[in-house]
Amino acid sequence: MSLDPAYLEYPNRRLGYDHDLYPYSPLPKRKPLAWPGGKGVATWFVVSLEWFPITPSDKPFRAPGHMQTAYPDYRHYTSREYGTRVGFYRLLDAFAKAGVRVSVAANAAIAERYPQVIADIVAGGHELIAHSTDMNGTIASGLPEDEERALITHAVTALEQVSGQNVRGWHAIARSQSFNTVNLLKEAGLDYCVDWVNDEVPWSFANGVVNVPLNHELSDRQILTVQQQSVDSYAEQVLDAHDWLAAEATAQGGRLLPLHLTPYIIGLPYRMDAFERLLADLSARPQTWFATGAEILDSYRSQM
Amino acid sequence: MQEGAADPGLYDFTPYRGRKPFAWPNGGKVAVWVSPNLEYYEIDPPLNPHRKAWAKPHPDVVGYAHRDHANRVGHWRMAEVMSKHGFPGSVSLSVALCQHHPEVVADANARGWEFFSHGIYNTRYSYGMDEAQERAIIEDSIRTVREATGQTIRGWLAPALTHTPRTLDLIAEYGMDYTCDLYHDDQPFPVHTRSGHLISMPYSLEVNDHYGFFVYNMSPREYARTLINQFERLAAEQSGTVMCIPLHSYLIGQPHRIGPFEEVLRHIAADDRAWITRSGDIAGAWRAAHPEALS
Repeated sequence: MSLDPAYLEYPNRRLGYDHDLYPYSPLPKRKPLAWPGGKGVATWFVVSLEWFPITPSDKPFRAPGHMQTAYPDYRHYTSREYGTRVGFYRLLDAFAKAGVRVSVAANAAIAERYPQVIADIVAGGHELIAHSTDMNGTIASGLPEDEERALITHAVTALEQVSGQNVRGWHAIARSQSFNTVNLLKEAGLDYCVDWVNDEVPWSFANGVVNVPLNHELSDRQILTVQQQSVDSYAEQVLDAHDWLAAEATAQGGRLLPLHLTPYIIGLPYRMDAFERLLADLSARPQTWFATGAEILDSYRSQM
Repeated sequence: MQEGAADPGLYDFTPYRGRKPFAWPNGGKVAVWVSPNLEYYEIDPPLNPHRKAWAKPHPDVVGYAHRDHANRVGHWRMAEVMSKHGFPGSVSLSVALCQHHPEVVADANARGWEFFSHGIYNTRYSYGMDEAQERAIIEDSIRTVREATGQTIRGWLAPALTHTPRTLDLIAEYGMDYTCDLYHDDQPFPVHTRSGHLISMPYSLEVNDHYGFFVYNMSPREYARTLINQFERLAAEQSGTVMCIPLHSYLIGQPHRIGPFEEVLRHIAADDRAWITRSGDIAGAWRAAHPEALS
């Protein structure tokens, strides 16, 4: 038994990455960032607002949170709708009470089906970022380029038409992209995406699109649903992260604490009190700068 | 190993009860070594017929980017905390990192860390290699680490823990002292090989941060408590054991995890039952204490 000789050849073994999407840059060698108001920790909530067709698609893959039982999966279809009808309004109220503006990554289907929700997001002063068409709109290599282009255009256009906002950001379902995605985002006029979780502050792709990394490990989905920890542990982990980053910020420049939320996960009655206490605890920390993705992007770009 | 045999014949059976205790060079009971995995995962690796590299079509953005975090952010955060509390690293190295990100390798070398090989990339598996191919990755590892750091590697942790039936014989033939791929004991023991003098270095896979966070789904504070419990139990037992803390900086170097982890290092550093050291030093001290075992 032996392997194809090509398996022991390394054509991309060279200084820097094995791709040209973005250049290598170790954080300690970068120019320190300074956030507005002298704050150390940009604290950024991203809420995913998603509509799951009860007829799931597996092309190119089935989205996380999608239908699981034989058709018709009332259990998951309605549980996801609960997030949009109920959980999300708990979150909007909590953000209003704490004076926090956030980024909402919404499917085009949310704008098309529930324009009232979009109006309530805009009225709250929040930012909308594009998050595909609906939860059958997954992207990965193998999706034809023209289909991916049409999907991105549809996602951006629907949000802009219903909200009146200029949509600048992109969050892919499951943070999944093809090798074409970053160029298609630029072509669609988008300024940034959030999907590459390789860093803790914004950085630029070779084509000029910025990545504002949305940590997947500190998400409610990862901690509460995947790892099955309690909401109290979730809040403790977020505060531990904030305290560490605040100390680093004092010595090394501005840091980013991205917190990804899912209304059907964090927005349940038994979790909301802990989440509201977390918001209050974050507000009380002097280093906190609550910001939207676009505000973080603009501050980063103004310093580069 | 005995290829095809039900018992691969890797080592002799020696029960924990009745062993002769011995002290580590500083008089400590437990040798504690920290093993950062400094790795490079390729974005678009060729397919090994026995194992897929990524779950998604390439690029697997989360898989790739999560590991990239180590080389951009996590390494320095983890390494600073280790240096602050006096813990050197014994690096499980994807040797191609010497070409891709020499800054990371140089930083580890400047901190006095030891390097052993973890293959060329963590996306190139040994499964299915013939002997010449396996010799090629061993020789590449020795040469690459020597050129980048001046060190001669003394140990091996197979890339992504993928082996062939001849891996242990070959690394022993090339003069290596220890393998981190066998998990049968909390103490080093001789390994049966065709030639050479190989010992098993306890790698404590069960308290690897990947196991803590993704097999056992621990919170950062639960993982920290686990490491302290592991140390306290070994320190209360007979002298001469080993505790490894195997790490990946894209996991332990996340901002919600590094604080609780620092408390573990503070705890162990304050306990004189610990001998805080490197894997090669453990191999050397164990050989000195067991001259009969390798005659």
